[in-house]
Amino acid sequence: MLVNQFLFLAAILFCIGVYGVIARRNAVLVLMSIELILNAVNLNLIAFAMRNGSPDGHTFALYVIAVAAAEVGVGLGMVLLIYRNRKTIALDDLSEMKG
Amino acid sequence: MVAASETLNPLATGWFLENAWLIPIVPAIGFALIIFFGKQLPKKGSEIGVLSMLVSLGLAAGAAYQWIERVSSASYEQFVEPVVRTWSWWTIGGVDLTIGQSIDGLAVIILVVVTFISTLVQIYSVEYLHGDRRYTHFFAALTLFSAGMLAMVIAEDTILFILGWEIMGLCSFMLIGHWWEEGANSRAALKAFFTVRTGDMGLLVGVAMLYFASNEWTTENLGVSGFSIRGISAWALSGEPNSAVITVAAIALFIAAIGKSGQFPLHTWLPDAMAGPTPVSSLLHSSTMVVAGVFLVARLYPVFYTGLDILGPGGNFITVIGGITIVIAAALAFVQSDIKKVLAYSTVSQLGYMMLGLGAGAWLPAVFHIFTHAFFKACLFLGAGSISHSASHHSFDMKKDMGGLRKVMPITFTTWIISTLALAGVFPFSGFFSKDEIIDNVGNNGYTIFMIVGLIGAFMTAAYMTRATYLTFFGEARGASAGEHDDHGDHATDHGHGDAHSAHDGHGESRGPRESGPLITIPLILLAVLAFGSGFLNATPFGSSWERIKVWVEPRPAVVMEVAPSGPGESIGLPAAEGHSDTPCGKEAPAEGYCFAPKLEHAKFKWSKAFLSLGIVFAGIVISWLLSVALYTRRSKALVGLTERNKLLGAGYRLLVNKYYLDALYEQVIVKSIVGPIARAAYWFNQNVLDGILHAVARVNRAVSGWLYRNVDQRVVDGTVNNSGRATKGLGGVLQPIQSGKVSQYGALLFAAAAVAALVLVIINT
Repeated sequence: MLVNQFLFLAAILFCIGVYGVIARRNAVLVLMSIELILNAVNLNLIAFAMRNGSPDGHTFALYVIAVAAAEVGVGLGMVLLIYRNRKTIALDDLSEMKG
Repeated sequence: MVAASETLNPLATGWFLENAWLIPIVPAIGFALIIFFGKQLPKKGSEIGVLSMLVSLGLAAGAAYQWIERVSSASYEQFVEPVVRTWSWWTIGGVDLTIGQSIDGLAVIILVVVTFISTLVQIYSVEYLHGDRRYTHFFAALTLFSAGMLAMVIAEDTILFILGWEIMGLCSFMLIGHWWEEGANSRAALKAFFTVRTGDMGLLVGVAMLYFASNEWTTENLGVSGFSIRGISAWALSGEPNSAVITVAAIALFIAAIGKSGQFPLHTWLPDAMAGPTPVSSLLHSSTMVVAGVFLVARLYPVFYTGLDILGPGGNFITVIGGITIVIAAALAFVQSDIKKVLAYSTVSQLGYMMLGLGAGAWLPAVFHIFTHAFFKACLFLGAGSISHSASHHSFDMKKDMGGLRKVMPITFTTWIISTLALAGVFPFSGFFSKDEIIDNVGNNGYTIFMIVGLIGAFMTAAYMTRATYLTFFGEARGASAGEHDDHGDHATDHGHGDAHSAHDGHGESRGPRESGPLITIPLILLAVLAFGSGFLNATPFGSSWERIKVWVEPRPAVVMEVAPSGPGESIGLPAAEGHSDTPCGKEAPAEGYCFAPKLEHAKFKWSKAFLSLGIVFAGIVISWLLSVALYTRRSKALVGLTERNKLLGAGYRLLVNKYYLDALYEQVIVKSIVGPIARAAYWFNQNVLDGILHAVARVNRAVSGWLYRNVDQRVVDGTVNNSGRATKGLGGVLQPIQSGKVSQYGALLFAAAAVAALVLVIINT
């Protein structure tokens, strides 16, 4: 079975996503990176579902896709509002949570 | 079985038929190349678009040629198996979902039309959108759009069908909203998208219902899943299906077709979609997007045949919707002053003809009307674009900026006249052969009322096209076409051409109205030739030897005894030759074997009937011409302002101008009545239920905490806290730099912690 390749791909995608979340300043790019992370997880779910021959992983992946769509919707809405208020979507400028 | 197969000829096949799946793949690859490399290329990606469509056109032409050979290799009355190839796409829970091609006459004719029109539209766009700011993206979306339509056409299964259908929906959104800086354009794009989506729900519901209803039967008998279009077709004609289930599924699928093909009452998006660039209107509204709904009905025809009782007495859902659409859309075309909106309503009306034909059992005339309509409607749209591009300064207003253009634009004028005559159905232009056949067959199958509706529609078509032609090409020149160049803002109307085309105005301004360049006129000429000539491919009046499309495209309703398992390269079944003209298909279930198409009657052509409809068309042209001259040139006192003076006419006019108030109904009544109460209910729930709970909890909390504060807190805890507070403060000072408020830093900490935890987990488990 070729599960290994899927897992490697998923790991690479995950790392790219983590890098994007940490290193990017643009909020939209961070959202996209989060999508990458979620899809890396999806890939893992599907890979193991294939190995075990059960549809559970597919079902979970479908749920993740649905939730991810909702998450992007909310996220982009927030980005839009932030942009309207401050004319920037650079995350570094949003440091009101500073302790 | 063996004896039967002796009388059969083996069916010819060929490379182009076997590899027809390449036809949508080529533009799909072209799309990716344009997106990634388009901007670096010397022609900004348009060369890839044109090239990929040319390759597709070549492949489609090859497939058409070999399909004709295949049909001629079969004996008469033999069922010509489609060329099927399937691949396993994915497996989920033991269900094998396949993807593949199924090439038959219907697929081939639409493939040729779509690739041909797409190629011409792309060539036309090279000139028309020259210097546009999103030139590359435009070609990318246009190419992907064609890929979606082609994928839908070759689909063997309903899944690939939905995929192509949705790609088209997405691309139509991008193309209609191409000049999205203007609010009206992006609103039109959204409206098109959401209206079509309303119908799309029907497609999902219908496909799911068909799958669950037919899967068992198709797996057992044909070895294909319930997604296979062939399987569903055979199942629908097998006498097996529960009539309630298949009726509901057919209605759901037809709702999808209503949305996509702009049928009443979801036609409102189609005229607004004119906000896109003219080549887009031409492609969307002649051969692709709006034809998809008609194609859906033609493709899954057995489902509608059984489910909606086509050929049954009195008419059915499809004929009623089609009939209504023909008349209401044609009426709306009379009050438009935007030339593209006249054409848009004309498209809606013509789609009504196709639906009416399909609903009344005139399958072949309806498909043939798709074929001819594509050519003349594309030509008309491109002609309108040519006028706005070169003569009327990017305006589409016939009353304000056109008139008298026949002398300055001879090529555009000639092609427009040919296409108008074809659309009106004048002998011997192509529209006559298809539209008249639909009307004739509808009457022949016993739907007299709908035949009369069709004839009224023919009268109206001739009349509104005459009005548009008169306003555009005759009379005196007005506004921009007379060489007036007032301010930009005055002309930019609602089409957003203003700044998007600013690169153009340098040479546009200096010369006034003129003929367009060769990249625009050559597509026009090619389309006009076909608008004239394509009707002869199925010229029923000249005898059966002229009915080529009928032989090539119409599936033959023979009983097929055994179907070979489908797989790459293998597609030849063993059809039975028994039951020549008295095939049971359609009327009753075959005793053994399978049917893939119902038997349909064809009306016998009579010149007397043709003369009646031709007379009606000529009456429409002459009356409309006289009225137009009187109204627009002589400004006859009896006619000008008639709608203001006569109450009844005024009411009718206002009804038409406001598009039967359907837009208001959808936006004000339906959307608001759904959105408003939901918002109010949510607010009420928030104010009363949630807040009530919160308040109650808060009161209890306050009472309890008051007691705690006095007894426990002040005495016991404070002592401890004061000490620990000092300790925490020290620690907090150390940790404070971490709380930077920077999200990315928090993220880094989160992932670092997760990584450490994962590491711990791995170490523990090993």
